[in-house]
Amino acid sequence: MVNRKIVGAHYGLMDWLVQRITGVVMVVFTLIVALGLIQGAGASYESWRGFMSAGLMRFVSFLFIVSLCWHAWVGVRDIWMDYIQPAGIKLTLHVLTLLALIGYAGWAVQIIWRL
Amino acid sequence: MSAKVTVRKFDAVIVGAGGAGLRAAIQLSEAGLKTAVITKVFPTRSHTVAAQGGVAASLGNSEEDHWHWHMYDTVKGSDWLGDQDAIEFMCRKANECVIELEHYGMPFDRTDNGRIYQRPFGGHMSNFGEKPVRRSCAAADRTGHAMLHAMYQRNIKANTQFFVEWMALDLIRDAEGEVLGVTAMEMETGEIYAFHSKATIFATGGAGRIYYSSTNAFINTGDGVGMAARAGIPLEDMEFWQFHPTGVAGAGVLITEGVRGEGGILRNANKERFMERYAPNAKDLASRDVVSRAMVTEINEGRGCGPNKDFVYLDITHLDPATIMKRLPGIHEIGIQFAGVDCLKEMLPVVPTCHYQMGGIPTNYHGQVVVPGKRTQNEIVPGFFAAGECACASVHGANRLGTNSLLDLLVFGKSAGETAVDELKKSPKSHKELPADAFDRTLARLDRLNTQKGGSNVHESRLDMQRSMQKHAGVFRFDNLLKEGVQKILDIQKDVQQTEIKDKSKVFNTARIEALELDNLIEVAVATMVSAEARKESRGAHVRDDAPDTPERPNGRDDANWLKHSLWYKEGNRLDYKSVNLRPLSVDTIALKTRAY
Amino acid sequence: MTTARTLQFKIYRYDPDTDQKPTMQDISVEIDATDRKLLDALVKLKAKDDAIAFRRSCREGVCGSDALNINGRNGLACLTDIASFPEGKPIVLRPLPGLPVIRDLIVDMTQFFKQYHSIKPYLINNDPPPERERLQSPEEREELNGLYECILCACCSTSCPSFWWNPDKFVGPAGLLAAYRFIADTRDQATNERLDNLEDPYRLFRCHTIMNCVDVCPKGLNPTKAIGKIKDMMVQRSI
Repeated sequence: MVNRKIVGAHYGLMDWLVQRITGVVMVVFTLIVALGLIQGAGASYESWRGFMSAGLMRFVSFLFIVSLCWHAWVGVRDIWMDYIQPAGIKLTLHVLTLLALIGYAGWAVQIIWRL
Repeated sequence: MSAKVTVRKFDAVIVGAGGAGLRAAIQLSEAGLKTAVITKVFPTRSHTVAAQGGVAASLGNSEEDHWHWHMYDTVKGSDWLGDQDAIEFMCRKANECVIELEHYGMPFDRTDNGRIYQRPFGGHMSNFGEKPVRRSCAAADRTGHAMLHAMYQRNIKANTQFFVEWMALDLIRDAEGEVLGVTAMEMETGEIYAFHSKATIFATGGAGRIYYSSTNAFINTGDGVGMAARAGIPLEDMEFWQFHPTGVAGAGVLITEGVRGEGGILRNANKERFMERYAPNAKDLASRDVVSRAMVTEINEGRGCGPNKDFVYLDITHLDPATIMKRLPGIHEIGIQFAGVDCLKEMLPVVPTCHYQMGGIPTNYHGQVVVPGKRTQNEIVPGFFAAGECACASVHGANRLGTNSLLDLLVFGKSAGETAVDELKKSPKSHKELPADAFDRTLARLDRLNTQKGGSNVHESRLDMQRSMQKHAGVFRFDNLLKEGVQKILDIQKDVQQTEIKDKSKVFNTARIEALELDNLIEVAVATMVSAEARKESRGAHVRDDAPDTPERPNGRDDANWLKHSLWYKEGNRLDYKSVNLRPLSVDTIALKTRAY
Repeated sequence: MTTARTLQFKIYRYDPDTDQKPTMQDISVEIDATDRKLLDALVKLKAKDDAIAFRRSCREGVCGSDALNINGRNGLACLTDIASFPEGKPIVLRPLPGLPVIRDLIVDMTQFFKQYHSIKPYLINNDPPPERERLQSPEEREELNGLYECILCACCSTSCPSFWWNPDKFVGPAGLLAAYRFIADTRDQATNERLDNLEDPYRLFRCHTIMNCVDVCPKGLNPTKAIGKIKDMMVQRSI
């Protein structure tokens, strides 16, 4: 292959937007949890379990996990893009990151939904 | 340094990428000719970028205007030394050229109905000198910046080939006098090249750096003028240098005449609006030479301001701050940066400062270089063109009007480009053989610089030259000072011929560049001093103490003997003269009369 | 006003013709009361040692030649007040960071200009040009303020970590400011193409709003704001 710097991937806006939106979701989730803690949800295991297993809370937690992974995907990919030059290694790292994040997400959801 | 010279061939080579060079380049590139633009700085660093106030065109966007009135003002401004054919050509072409710029994307300020904003400027009047008219098309006080960038951008679109940070060194002429290109140095490597071309266009700007106090950039060293002089081309009207009334006292940085166009007033130590005494009609908006002389007179008569009484004030504190920030934001910045003054609240200290070279390489209005020959006084030098400040068409004569310089470089940059395109397209020819001695002068200069021992210091010699010019050929000129000045400058020329540089590196050797620039500066300085000494009248920017204002000779002008262009030849340091063209292209001659504002 | 004093400098020196590697040179120069700006001192330094290489031209902050790294911060020598330097400490001058050094304080700006050229910095309007000027209201023209004044000195781009890291792929603040200058111009018809040209994870989206560009711009321009507006327009057209 010729050694040429190529740009013009025609994406990037979506990721940029996603990072902002997922960021907002995570902030909101953090505030909800903080509010719960202030109201004493963390007093005992039972109260904490009750707080987290409520239907709405499960839904919000799910959103948070998806947001976190998506947010992390864009961020970590950016790091690979900046620091790893060989395309093969870069692609491999992208794939590994994706797989890891999907795995983490599944694991986290499983934990929360098992509650 | 090796004596190896690589030859590159082009249809046309343009030297200089300021306004005139870029405008010519657009013409040639868009015509599809193989064009090289050689420039010693990146194009947008050329000094056109510093022009502030505007470009003249009788668009009539705010009030009635006409190119004929503009022509009248320009002829009058030139103190009748301008060639009226070229002046008519320029004033008629103004609208077209300014509109083109707008189409290139230049961000002009706008009137409420969306047209190009125009402001009044010194010497521009309506109805043949009646009252000031809004003729200066402006982009805030950054017109030159906006214009230069717009033209550079247009050249990117046209795929012009630039040789950035290449310095042209000498003109190549053969035995018949035909111009065949230039030699140049790639600054990054120090390698020498020859640009072999069918058309060579000089757009190298002025040499304001011959003076100690100058509004000009460091790069304004008259390279094209120097190269032409060394190649045997005479220099026209070099005694005429414009001193801009409002340079920041001490710093020399320009403050646009647009400040006075927007309502600024000059005041002396008594806070008096002294221009009312010198130009009752136009007042602060009289022509630049008139205002500069008035200021120096005030200072000489003890009404200067400051502890040393050596400057006057430019006052805009009475203007609406919002208007200042909208129309003159750059001036506000310059005031703070270079005078330590907030012009919204305090007055700016200003002093006349060398600004513009009216003379230069003689051309006709097609941009072709012309020299006296066997048959006529204006024979074309084949293959050689010049435009902008380095050229003398002559539209500015003895004094240039503000905003006519940007117009000059547009109109004659384009015209030189068009003429070159016409010549190359109508009669295609192959490259003429380079003469055997084509590179000799250049190599000899470089060799000398590399081997000079015990020579003079570049910095010191340049300072000597600048101080001498300032003292002996300033705003007011005196016979004895001029005579002394000629002797002095010829002595300094001897020093310049033996400058020595310590730095011998090949890579971006700025010491070598400055020494080579000084070679050009000194040609201009000598031409100026010799031409000025010889001209025994007062006219425009050239005012002699021994040619005073008398009833027989108003303003000291002597039309019977001196209504003629000076031509200085380097060879033999001699002067010749040629007549002024008083015949316009289509209208009647603007007849000689006393110049008053 | 400055007063007569001796200025101490530490200057980055490198001449590939003679030097193996760069060194920092200690040198001092006497200045007098008329020397107001750093450039005045540099010119005096050059009179002392003619081998010090730096670019300069207009000396009034409009040509953009003399951008340097001054005491760790990018700026124009001709707009930097000598009085602003603390006494007793040497003034450290280095070439602009992130670009290859040609010699001493002179950097190779090819990459910077390449990025500027890549955004098609010229007005695109395919309508036949009218006989007179294209009309633009004062309000529409006002949109260009803060954009067209850029002097291409490269202070911003060479203070931007994203540009240091990806100078070949990230357009950089100066180029993006210029891109928005044309997007914002009502006379330009290529807004969509321009947005397409920039929609790339590197070209535009390497900007992480670090805002060094805003901090150092000698003309007081705000490239970050312009970049934000480009992103806004992309969002607008995609939703």
